[in-house]
Amino acid sequence: METAVFAVFALLALGSSLVVVAHKSAIYSTLSLVLTLFSVAVLFVLLGAPFIATLQLLIYAGAILVLFLFVIMLLNVGRQEGIPGGHRAQLVTAILGALAFAAALWLLLVPTLGTGSHAPLTEEMVSLSGLAQELFAEYLLPFEIVGLLLLVAVIGATVVARRPTPDELAGSGGGSGDPGSVSALDDAEAADSTAANWAADADRAGGGARPASFPGGTGAGAGAGARP
Amino acid sequence: MSGAMSDLVGTAIKLAVALGILLNVVPVMVWVERRGSALMQDRPGPNRLGPLGLFQALADALKFMFKEDVTPSAVDRPLYLMAPVLGLLPALTTFAVVPFGPDVTVHGRLYQMVVAPAQTGVLLFLAIASLGVYSLVMAGYASNNKYSLLGSIRASSQLISYELALTLSVLAVIIPVSSFQLRDVVEYQQHHVWNVLPQILGFLVFLIAAFAETNRLPFDLPEAESELVAGFHTEYSAMRFATFFMSEYISMTSLSALAATLYFGGWTLPGVHVSGLLGAAVGLAVLFGKVACFLAFFVWVRWTFPRFRYDQLMRLGWKVLLPLAILNLIVVAALTLGGVL
Amino acid sequence: MSAIHLVNEGTSVPVSWYLLLSVALFAIGTAGALTRRNGISIFLSIEVMLNAANLALVAYSRQLDQRTGQILVFFVLAVAAAEAAVGLALFIAVYRQRRTIDINRINLMRH
Repeated sequence: METAVFAVFALLALGSSLVVVAHKSAIYSTLSLVLTLFSVAVLFVLLGAPFIATLQLLIYAGAILVLFLFVIMLLNVGRQEGIPGGHRAQLVTAILGALAFAAALWLLLVPTLGTGSHAPLTEEMVSLSGLAQELFAEYLLPFEIVGLLLLVAVIGATVVARRPTPDELAGSGGGSGDPGSVSALDDAEAADSTAANWAADADRAGGGARPASFPGGTGAGAGAGARP
Repeated sequence: MSGAMSDLVGTAIKLAVALGILLNVVPVMVWVERRGSALMQDRPGPNRLGPLGLFQALADALKFMFKEDVTPSAVDRPLYLMAPVLGLLPALTTFAVVPFGPDVTVHGRLYQMVVAPAQTGVLLFLAIASLGVYSLVMAGYASNNKYSLLGSIRASSQLISYELALTLSVLAVIIPVSSFQLRDVVEYQQHHVWNVLPQILGFLVFLIAAFAETNRLPFDLPEAESELVAGFHTEYSAMRFATFFMSEYISMTSLSALAATLYFGGWTLPGVHVSGLLGAAVGLAVLFGKVACFLAFFVWVRWTFPRFRYDQLMRLGWKVLLPLAILNLIVVAALTLGGVL
Repeated sequence: MSAIHLVNEGTSVPVSWYLLLSVALFAIGTAGALTRRNGISIFLSIEVMLNAANLALVAYSRQLDQRTGQILVFFVLAVAAAEAAVGLALFIAVYRQRRTIDINRINLMRH
């Protein structure tokens, strides 16, 4: 039974991760990454880590990847990339390099496994309170540091993606990119401040959604403060 | 029967009961919504088919099944076809962790009256519920329509924004119970008062966030008929459109069941103690009585409040609900440490 | 606990299989990160690599019967969230300036 579940979800993970790296549409890549994450979460349950599996769904699939989709749709870059045709050598080198790296990794990892057979899972090992006690006793300092890191990330993201002030806009003078591309972000910046909802939509959403990548975290509730 | 076998049969029965109820909520809710809105607007509403127009929902369902299913030529076909189904799946799955009765012993085997007695209980509920947004995003993106796309963008940012407040208010319930399993939450409320009293603030945050999570008015910005045609499902017709409809009502039901379990004692009623299989039936009835109250409240609010503007929605989520949820969490944690809760 | 039941009954999958899968996922992610040109796709490939590492951590936690691996995954999740927030903010900022996030065209620093 376990073998069957493992086989199904291992194959799903492999297949969907191949789609992630190979599909030319970023939307498809993101959606199939959701499938990869889900399959790996099932494998976490098999390995006796149901809490980690749930977190994987809640944080990764439920928040981080939604953020990816949000940005892809906001910038409308989903279908922009062609196959890297002019870089055939690069493609081959990269794949060979990845394979060589994987082989080296595997050779390094195998000796660490020792005799192979592992102890049966116990209630104690799977219990949440055990995990919580270890996390909040032994790893309290790293835990606090991660909280700080998230706070810094929130502030950093808000500052970096803030809409430029009119002065800054006048200074930069447009990009070298494809002028035909249309995105919600373009609309947001083309519309002047009286022009109703679309601009407010994209802008508010842009400011508001970013810190959402840490559900259950120690949130500084200043998400929408992006407007200078 | 062997142990594993009877476990399997027990789970299958529980699953059938849960699915049966969830799927039957939809036509009833369609009727309640239409008659309820009519009541509030002082007009008769659908009253031709059957007593009080009760069969109108059946007629609606038949209409959806036999209408022509139009797939526009410019859509991204795989995503377009998958989106409605992917919306229904999480809506149906989340109910699995909600308990609906006392433990029952049949032929010497103990059965918990919950489809999936997962250790991470309510977290699993939230995790699966948060996957529902992919359906909206896929539908809007695949439709190749700017109104749909705007609906999707709104949906993705709205759902992750309000998920935070929702999760934080749920966590505040979990702290005094010190278990993620909803049966422990119910048991805790049997020994104390219902959580809605000590955690009224958390409950209000939860309730408001639940409206946003299910895209109900006043937060139905992803569809917003008057601005975005029909938002993310503009390009859908017939049964696929009905599927979005169903997932909305089913996720409302699941979230109502979660609210009833977290804040209103779940399947228990003070003073009512029935055990055995009858107890399970009574528990189910009590739970769905509470769920029905919540659903009626959903309908009442929908026909009472106007829609929020997008920036108002974001401001409410980030500047009001989130700080309130954090405040509630801190207060509850302090009270729990002080031994009050 | 049905999960425990499931895992302890019958033949169990050796931990090395999980490690093999993890290595394969990591290789796929590496190849993607090296070949893609759309910034967000590179980002997604890196997420695949992170997940491969997480799988290895949990597998080792099972093998050694210790929770440290799971706790490390917890931290990886938090850091991934921070990384996604900042990274995507950077892409938005770059897109504003250059109207593209193709990394071959974001090469101002090269000149």
